[in-house]
Amino acid sequence: MTDAAGLAGALARDLDAAFPELVTTYQDRMYATALRLTRAPSDAEDVTQEALVRAYRALGGYAPDRIRSLQLRAWLWTILVNLVRNRARTRSRRPHDTALGGVEPAAGADPAGDAVAVVAVTNALGALRPVEREVLVLRYVADLPLDEVSDTLGIPLGTVKSHVHRSLARLRTILGEETR
Amino acid sequence: MSQDLETTEGALRGLRTEAPPSLAGRVLTETGLVDAWTTVRGPGGDLFIAHNPEGVSCVAPVGSLGEFADVHASRTGRRLGVEQELAARQATALRRVLATGRPGSLRIDLRGLTGFQRAVLAKTAEIPPGELRPYAWVAREIGNAGAVRAVGSALNRNPVPVVLPCHRVGRSDGSVGDYAFGRHMKRDLLRAEGTDPDTVDELARRGIRFIGSDTTLVYCHPTCRHARRITAAHRVEFRSAPAAAAAGYRSCKTCRPVAAA
Repeated sequence: MTDAAGLAGALARDLDAAFPELVTTYQDRMYATALRLTRAPSDAEDVTQEALVRAYRALGGYAPDRIRSLQLRAWLWTILVNLVRNRARTRSRRPHDTALGGVEPAAGADPAGDAVAVVAVTNALGALRPVEREVLVLRYVADLPLDEVSDTLGIPLGTVKSHVHRSLARLRTILGEETR
Repeated sequence: MSQDLETTEGALRGLRTEAPPSLAGRVLTETGLVDAWTTVRGPGGDLFIAHNPEGVSCVAPVGSLGEFADVHASRTGRRLGVEQELAARQATALRRVLATGRPGSLRIDLRGLTGFQRAVLAKTAEIPPGELRPYAWVAREIGNAGAVRAVGSALNRNPVPVVLPCHRVGRSDGSVGDYAFGRHMKRDLLRAEGTDPDTVDELARRGIRFIGSDTTLVYCHPTCRHARRITAAHRVEFRSAPAAAAAGYRSCKTCRPVAAA
């Protein structure tokens, strides 16, 4: 895995040469983030593609110094989470669209043995408040450090930490009840 | 049975997954960093076409995808991504280009080319189908009469041959000359437009640069549409522009003959 600061430096030097590296470095975790938040593979794919294309266009308009000093991951995930939220908002205005309510089968990349567990955890996440769900997905699925979760969501670090503790406990309770 | 927090964290990590394999290719195509490709039937055989949201970025009359990948990389500096048809509007525009020999409304991606290269290609696109102009003509027309060699190398690196018709530019002695994809290809393309390359070369070999009409007292490049209309009885051959001027002829306002031999 390329480190984010090194990648930001490479992007600042030569955007077009380094951008494919950004895509291959982050596409899996961005897609997984979008998938667990939208719960629909086709939405997750669209949103991830759009986030990366927007990122490229935005970087094209930034001066090299600005690119070099970017918190690359928090910046990328901010774009992604905003697109996910916008999509959810659009969907909720169209009540006949079931994509957000219904649970689609887990993505094909999951090993068959994990599918049941994945569905259970996804359902449990669905029972949390949106902000709790976002915090947990960014922390554990996207694997962002706590300070970057804080930057991405615009929530103070202390609040992120308490969200993580409380939401983990709630998730444990929900999952525990289900398996009892 | 209760799970501890670490197990719950583990369950969340279990939600990680991989992006679909086509995602990166689509992102890089959409950003223009990688071009999609397709093939179409052209005047001299199949054409490979590279494209991205900015337009058609590379065209080559070559026999295989491997050869095309090399041409594409050397012309654009980018790589080829997935096979993908042109958008409907572009596909229609391209069919019209191939049928009419004029670029029309086709969107062409010439990013990465210098202003000089663009000027050369834009001027070349003004040469009507079936007509041939010398490199020196292009150089003078773009206001850079001394840059004949540079015009030649710009045309040799044309990323969209056939579409922007570098096959309509020949040597300054009037002959058909070379082509990045082989002399035969150039001659085939000219023949498909109704120009006989052997006749063109024969005239050049005899040292004839211009054709005039003794009824209008106008002289032209031999393939100019006005020169083609001159009947044998009124056809006058010239070896140079000064010779034509000395005989009392003026240059054609359509094909604008070059003075340089």
